[in-house]
This record gives sequence, C-alpha cells and structure tokens, in this order.
Amino acid sequence: MNLTLKIWRQKNAKDKGKMVEYPISGIDGDMSFLEMLDVLNEELIEKGDEPVAFDHDCREGICGMCSLYINGEAHGPDRLVTTCQLHMRKFKDGETIYIEPFRANAFPVVKDLVVDRSSFDRIQHAGGYISVNTSGNTQDANSIPIEKEKADAAFNAAACIGCGACVATCKNSSAMLFVSAKVSQYALLPQGEVEAKDRVLNMVHQMDLEGFGNCTNTGACEVECPKGISLENIARMNREYIKASMSK
Amino acid sequence: MSILDSKIPNGPIADKWTNYKNKINLVNPANKRLIDVIVVGTGLAGGSAAATLAELGYNVKAFCFQDSPRRAHSIAAQGGINAAKNYQGDGDSTHRLFYDTVKGGDYRSREANVYRLAEVSANIIDQCVAQGVPFARDYGGLLDNRSFGGVLVSRTFYAKGQTGQQLLLGAYSAMNRQIGRGKIKMYNRHEMLDVVKVGGKARGIIARNLVTGEIERHSAHAVVLATGGYGNVFFLSTNAMGSNVTAAWKAHKRGAFFANPCYTQIHPTCIPVSGDHQSKLTLMSESLRNDGRIWVPKKQEDAEAIRTGKMKPTQLAEEDRDYYLERRYPAFGNLVPRDVASRAAKERCDAGFGVNKTGEAVYLDFASAIQRYGKEQAHVKGLDENDKNLIIELGRDVVKTKYGNLFQMYEKIVDENPYETPMMIYPAVHYTMGGIWVDYNLMTTVEGLYAIGEANFSDHGANRLGASALMQGLADGYFVLPYTIGDYLSQDIRTGAIPTDSPEFEEAEKTVRDQIEFFINNNGTKTVDHFHKRLGKVMWNKVGMSRNEKGLSEAIKEIKEIREEFWKDVRVPGTADGFNSELAKAGRVADFLELGELFAKDALERSESCGGHFREESVELDGEQKGEAKRDDENFTYVAAWEYKGEPSDAVVHKEKLVYENIELKQRSYK
Ligand SMILES: Cc1cc2nc3c(=O)[nH]c(=O)nc-3n(C[C@H](O)[C@H](O)[C@H](O)COP(=O)(O)OP(=O)(O)OC[C@H]3O[C@@H](n4cnc5c(N)ncnc54)[C@H](O)[C@@H]3O)c2cc1C
Ligand code: SF4
Ligand code: FES
Repeated sequence: MNLTLKIWRQKNAKDKGKMVEYPISGIDGDMSFLEMLDVLNEELIEKGDEPVAFDHDCREGICGMCSLYINGEAHGPDRLVTTCQLHMRKFKDGETIYIEPFRANAFPVVKDLVVDRSSFDRIQHAGGYISVNTSGNTQDANSIPIEKEKADAAFNAAACIGCGACVATCKNSSAMLFVSAKVSQYALLPQGEVEAKDRVLNMVHQMDLEGFGNCTNTGACEVECPKGISLENIARMNREYIKASMSK
Repeated sequence: MSILDSKIPNGPIADKWTNYKNKINLVNPANKRLIDVIVVGTGLAGGSAAATLAELGYNVKAFCFQDSPRRAHSIAAQGGINAAKNYQGDGDSTHRLFYDTVKGGDYRSREANVYRLAEVSANIIDQCVAQGVPFARDYGGLLDNRSFGGVLVSRTFYAKGQTGQQLLLGAYSAMNRQIGRGKIKMYNRHEMLDVVKVGGKARGIIARNLVTGEIERHSAHAVVLATGGYGNVFFLSTNAMGSNVTAAWKAHKRGAFFANPCYTQIHPTCIPVSGDHQSKLTLMSESLRNDGRIWVPKKQEDAEAIRTGKMKPTQLAEEDRDYYLERRYPAFGNLVPRDVASRAAKERCDAGFGVNKTGEAVYLDFASAIQRYGKEQAHVKGLDENDKNLIIELGRDVVKTKYGNLFQMYEKIVDENPYETPMMIYPAVHYTMGGIWVDYNLMTTVEGLYAIGEANFSDHGANRLGASALMQGLADGYFVLPYTIGDYLSQDIRTGAIPTDSPEFEEAEKTVRDQIEFFINNNGTKTVDHFHKRLGKVMWNKVGMSRNEKGLSEAIKEIKEIREEFWKDVRVPGTADGFNSELAKAGRVADFLELGELFAKDALERSESCGGHFREESVELDGEQKGEAKRDDENFTYVAAWEYKGEPSDAVVHKEKLVYENIELKQRSYK
C-alpha cells in the first residue's frame, strides 16, 4: 500500500505544533499501525530527520501506553482494539491518514504524539485502592464467597487499561468512564464497601481538580473504549456519589 | 570454596524461613523513618515491594520508564498465578508445589528459595483478594482454578486472560495508597542508568528523566532492582518494547554477578512471525493448552497442500493428523512443560510438517473442546444432544467465556476466526530464568543491592513452570524482601541521609553523561534497530531453541563484530536535553550487545542439556527417552555466576554448587 500520513509534530510542551505530511510506501496489510510508524521512523532517521515520538510498550493492547487519534477516532477505525492492535488491513491503498495526539486540557502534549496522562494517576492516588496492609495476615481468600455475576461485573470494570481514549473522544474531555470503572470495581466487591463513600467523593473531587470536563451522557466514550467499559459504570458511580454526598 | 555464599539458613527445609524470620534484626518503626530505599521497577515485584516497604515506614523512591507504574510489563501476563491452596482438594501442598517447581526447573534451582516461594504462595492469593483483585469464581462464589503445564494438580488462579493486569493493578493500588500518604515518591518516565556504590555498598542510582533529559542523582541506604527480564536481547520476543537489561547490566558492571544468562524460556504458544516488519511477538496463554490440542499433518504432502493454500486444516481427516505431544508424551499430553513443547514443535517444523507460509507453525485446535463443552451444556440444559449446530454453538460459548479475549486478540492479529479454523502457533522467546545472582536474602554480590522478580535468577532453575513468575514477583515483593532487607538496614539507623555530592556519585554521573554525549555526536549511518535486529537474528539462529558448540562459537564472534560496528556506526538523532526515544533505545541495545556475548559464552560452557537450554551434543541415545535432552548432573549441578572483568569474553565464572537434600535428582520424564 502507498499512503499519505498527516502527523502532528510538536517539539515540546511549549512549541505550538503543526501537521506535517509524509508519503509512505510498501506498507503491508499484516503490519500493525505502530509497525507502519516504525517504518516511517527508520526512513526519517536514515534521512537525518527526527523520528515521530509516540508512546507504546506492550504492543498487545494491555498496558494502555499507546494512544493516537487516527482519522478523528481514538485508537483508529477498528472497535475494541488499541492503536497497537490496529492493523493496516483496515486502510485502503492511496488513503490519507490523519494522526494526532489524544487531546485534552488534562493531557498536555509532551512531544509530537506523546501526552502526559499523570492526571489519571493522581485520581487513583486520591482513592483508587482498598486500605489493606500487605502483611500477609489477611483472612483466607475463600472466606467470603462472591456471587459469580458480581465478581464478573467487577472484573469487567477492572479491565480498564487507563489509556485515556474516553477522554480524548469526549467533546467535554470528561474522565467519567475511567473513574467510574475503578469506583465500580470496588463498589461491586464486599472488600471495597468499607471505604466506598470516601473513595467516590475523593476520586471525583480530584477528577474535577485535574480539569476534566463534565459528563453530558453522549456515550462517545463507550464506543471508542478499547476494553468495552460500559456506561453502566457511570450510572453506578453517579448512584454511589449521590449516596455518599447525602450521608456526609 | 567458592566466594559465593548463598546464606541458606540451617535446619530442616520446612522450618528454615520461620526460623530465619525469628532470628533476624528488626528496625523499630521510628527508625524506619530515617531510612531511604530506592526501588527500580514497578512491576509485580517492584510495585509490591515499594508498597510494602512504604507501609512498614521506610521512605521509598520508586522508578519506572513508562508513564505510570501501572504499565510495567507484568500487566501483559495472561494465564494465571500458582498457589498451593489445595482448594480443589486434588492433593496439592507446599511440598508438591516445591517439588513441581524444582523438577520443572530441571534441578537447577536452589531448594531453600523454592521452598520458601511455595510456602508463601497461599498468602499471595489472600492478599490479592483483600485488595479487590477480581479473580475468576465458580457459581458457588468460590475461587476457580485451572491447570498449567508440567503439573498434575489444578492450582492456577486467574482473572480471565488478564491475570497479570489484575495483579499489577492490585499492587499499583497498594502503591497509590502510599503515594497518596507521601511514603512513596514516584518517578515515572525515568530510566536508571547506573548504580552508585559508596564504601562498597549500593547507595544510590543515576537516572535520566526521559521527558526533560536531565541526569539525576538519587541516594538511599539500599537499592532494589525489580527491572524484569532481558528476553529482548533476541529483538523479537513477547516482552514489551521497552523491556531491557540495562539496569541489571549496569549493576553487573558494578560488581553484581550475573547468573545463568543462557537460561531462556521459549514459549510454545505464540502467534507466528508474519514478516520482516515484525516488531514483537504475541503470546497466546498457556492456559489454552488445557483445551486446545496441538497437531500437524501426518503426511508431508498434506502439510505442503496446507502451506500453499490448496487444503484447509478443517478438511484433513482425523486419522491424517499427528497429535504429536499426545503421541510422544501420553502422561502429560498437551500439558508438557514449555521447553518440551517448544522443541517438539521445532522438531516437526524442521522435518517439514509446518503449516503456514513460512513453514514455522503448528496447529492449536479447539474443535474437540467445543464438542465436549457443547455436549456437556446440552446435557445440563436438557437440550438436544444430537443437534450438531446447537452443540457447536453451546461449545463456542463456553470457550468464549474461558478464552474470549485471547481469541479476539488472535483474530485481530491474524485475521482468521479461531472458533472456526485452528489457531497457528510457534515458539517465541518469553522469559529469562537467568538474571542477577542473589543469596537467600535476595541480595546481590554488591552489599545493599537487591534483585527481585524476573531480574534475579533464583527460583526457576533452567526452566520456569507456567504461572510461577507472577507468584515469584509478588512473593519477593510482598513477603520476602521486606524481611530480609530489614535485617540489612538495621545497621543503618544512625547513618543519616546519604549525600549525593560524593566523588562516587560524581564519577557515576560522568560515565552516564559520556555515553549519552557519545551517542548524540556519533553521526553514524545505521539506526539502533538495525543493530538490534542483527543481534536478534544471531541469537535466535545460534543461541535459541537448540544450541551446539559450533554455532555458539560463531555467535560469540559475530556478536562482538556487531558490537564493534555499533559503536562506530550507530546514528542517534535529536538531542540529549529532551524526550528522545532513540537515545534511550541506543543505551539499551549497547547493553544487549554485551549481554548477548556473555549469554552465548555461558551456553557454550554448559555442554549439558537442561530445561530451556538444549545442547544438541547432549541427548539420550537410546531407551524410552531416546532423543530427549540429557542432563549431566555430575558436572553441571551448579549455578554459573559471572563476574564482570571488562569485555564479556574476560568474564570469570564462579560456581555455586546446588545441593539437593529434599528432592532426589531424577531425569525429568513426562512420558
Ligand atoms: C506476554 C507475557 C505473558 C506472561 N504470562 C504469565 C503468566 O500467565 N503467569 C506468570 O506467572 N508469568 C507470566 N509471564 C511472566 C511474568 O509476567 C513476568 O516474569 C513478571 O511479570 C515480571 O515481573 P517483574 O516485576 O519482575 O518485572 P516487570 O513487570 O517487567 O517490570 C519491570 C519494571 O522495571 C522498570 N524498568 C526496567 N528497566 C528500567 C530502568 N533501566 N530504569 C527504570 N525502570 C526500569 C519498568 O519500567 C517496569 O516498571 C508472562 C510474561 C509475558 C511477557
Ligand atoms: S475506560 Fe476505556 S477508554 Fe477510558 S481509560 Fe479505561 S480503557 Fe481507556
Ligand atoms: S502498547 Fe500497550 S496497549 Fe498499546
């Protein structure tokens, strides 16, 4: 395949940045999207140019490190995949592909396509845990049976990889899907109950401090989420939040 | 006597750890506040260690090169974590897990460490459940288990195909609690580039801020390396792109012995290579071997027809298929250990029975499992057991709940539906059993420098059993290191903060700066990846799944040549004072180019076959085991710990003799 890439280049956080066009040829449908960028980068380096910076690590859709806004969609045109799992067979010969970073006030650009998502970490510091010491003196793991259905629902919420596609996709840059996934995981498990109220209040408070927008229920996040995190989590978090606010 | 002292406590194996804990020196809580610990790496090992040390009261500084601790490569582990809980009542026990691990490791691991690992394994599950890790459960609400290769019990706990993710997020949450309390200071996007020794003890590190390019000095009373494995020395592996040996290698250069570098695990079930553009390989969890059956065509002409697309695998009659693992190893069948399964696949493909374009793939087939589950479901639900389509549909549903995400991953990569046509798999580099030598305390040969998780060598011998790396990482971090490091740190309660303006820090920083400047100014003609790929090819072809004297000697020479050319001709674009992925990569590949040579040298010295290390010269010549790997216990029951002396070729080996008091050395038979 021959393609035209239009890629966001920005030297650092202070630079204004712009789209730059790169033609690329000899792309195979079996290549992943990031392997296609590897090919481009090798060419750029050989020519003496600076390669395009982008985040990635596991390249199998689980670490949440890769991002990219491709042709107007977070993680590109395929569903339930991250950019690193997107394959070039989803594109047509001769196509022009627009590649931009995940944009949001709370995700400042570091360089080119790399953004700073540490705001997500800070939300987790505010309450994304169960306060249990790691002494090894906890009770036997099977002492509290958990209904399979609830355990599975908790797992489904816990599957979030913290990539930020939900934020990048949302016209308000809301982080509700991400935050609600964590809140839900713990709300569904008996172990999480004790701190449930403080957890949801603290995490939502931090989310607001970080500059994420409000949720207006457009549902775009659910569509683009590579892990299929469901909007039900947002509903559950809203219920948890109201419950917690009322009892405070 | 060797200069290596493994510091194994006296007494019967079952009492060693308890007695040890009763005798060690403790640091009182007020004094812990005066002590700093650096933890490099935030995977299962580093994350759990950092959280626990902070909880105990130490001041922890933790480092990772990703943008968040949650992204360490432990996140990618799929299949599960072992623990001797015996919830299934199938005869599991601490002793059996200990025995399986030593046997699985082909009798090349240290008994006392392995026993301790088995002993604390049950605690891990309790701990993780208390943290909210959503393990799979059965309909009664209790924890579910599955089986992994090389064992006859069901002791593997799992969370769908995302066990590593869920465990890591558990450790991450424990870290978050301590970060929130200010007890852990987290340094994301930082790469450790050297260890600093003061007065012979590890007292700090030099790190580069990967965003600003700044070179930073960090001091502490002890340094813990939890930096993962070095499988990327092969370029292609199932490791993440950033996984590296740099931290371990720099420690090696500062005096930490590197043990058994040649012990590598080649995992049998990975997605085959599709072309030259390939940047990494994807694992299909071993758990698939619970239900998938591995085969190739019996006749070469059928294999040929499949390769050229003239025949579909589903068209091949049952009697024309060779379920070669079931044939060769009736007792364990598809669940033989990884090294055995990998070599068997290579053997079939080398003999011309491979099934994809490149001839390097075998089938992993779920058709019988779908039938079996479908019939079971129809029976349970009282539906028509003769309705073929219904059976398939019901069976696929069961397979989907068990392995859905793996099947989806496969389909996205290969563009074929594995519910309908068998998966294609081939072995790939996956895990490194070798690593930094540590004693029973997990301390390296540098005082105050510890190594935990995949970065050390200690528990898996020459081959690791599935689901045991996650167990080891969390055991080291949550339950072992917090005790052993306390014993060491008890001497530091009056030391006070370690200054960073000493000549030792100065010298280490200069070494790091010099290398960075060299790269930026080298202006060569070839990219870093160019060299990395060449190194990988030599490693895979000559130091890979099967090794011989000639190939290894050639590899040593070739790696040295690539290394020399690298230093002359590598091109690193950009500048040192900002985000520069190529610069980071150059440093990592430079270290791989040294490790690779030592790796081959180690493989050459060990002229026996053991575990993942297969020497073609050392096979059984006759009898029931004909053609199987042949260990040489008389000459090789030791750990090879290499001391750095400059060039890899100058490295000096120290041997830690392995003593088996509780398990009798036997040939591993899975027949
Ligand atoms: C695809 C895959 C599937 C697996 N599945 C299983 C399984 O089902 N069961 C099982 O038991 N095992 C499995 N394993 C093995 C297991 O996941 C790993 O051995 C284990 O998670 C390693 O954990 P760790 O904490 O030692 O290192 P890692 O998780 O690799 O963490 C390394 C850490 O070190 C940091 N780091 C590295 N170098 C530097 C540096 N120079 N400076 C700063 N920081 C650095 C990284 O940022 C990271 O935080 C699997 C492995 C792979 C690759
Ligand atoms: S909710 Fe989905 S899109 Fe948002 S961070 Fe989690 S995985 Fe990514
Ligand atoms: S690189 Fe890890 S999810 Fe894409």
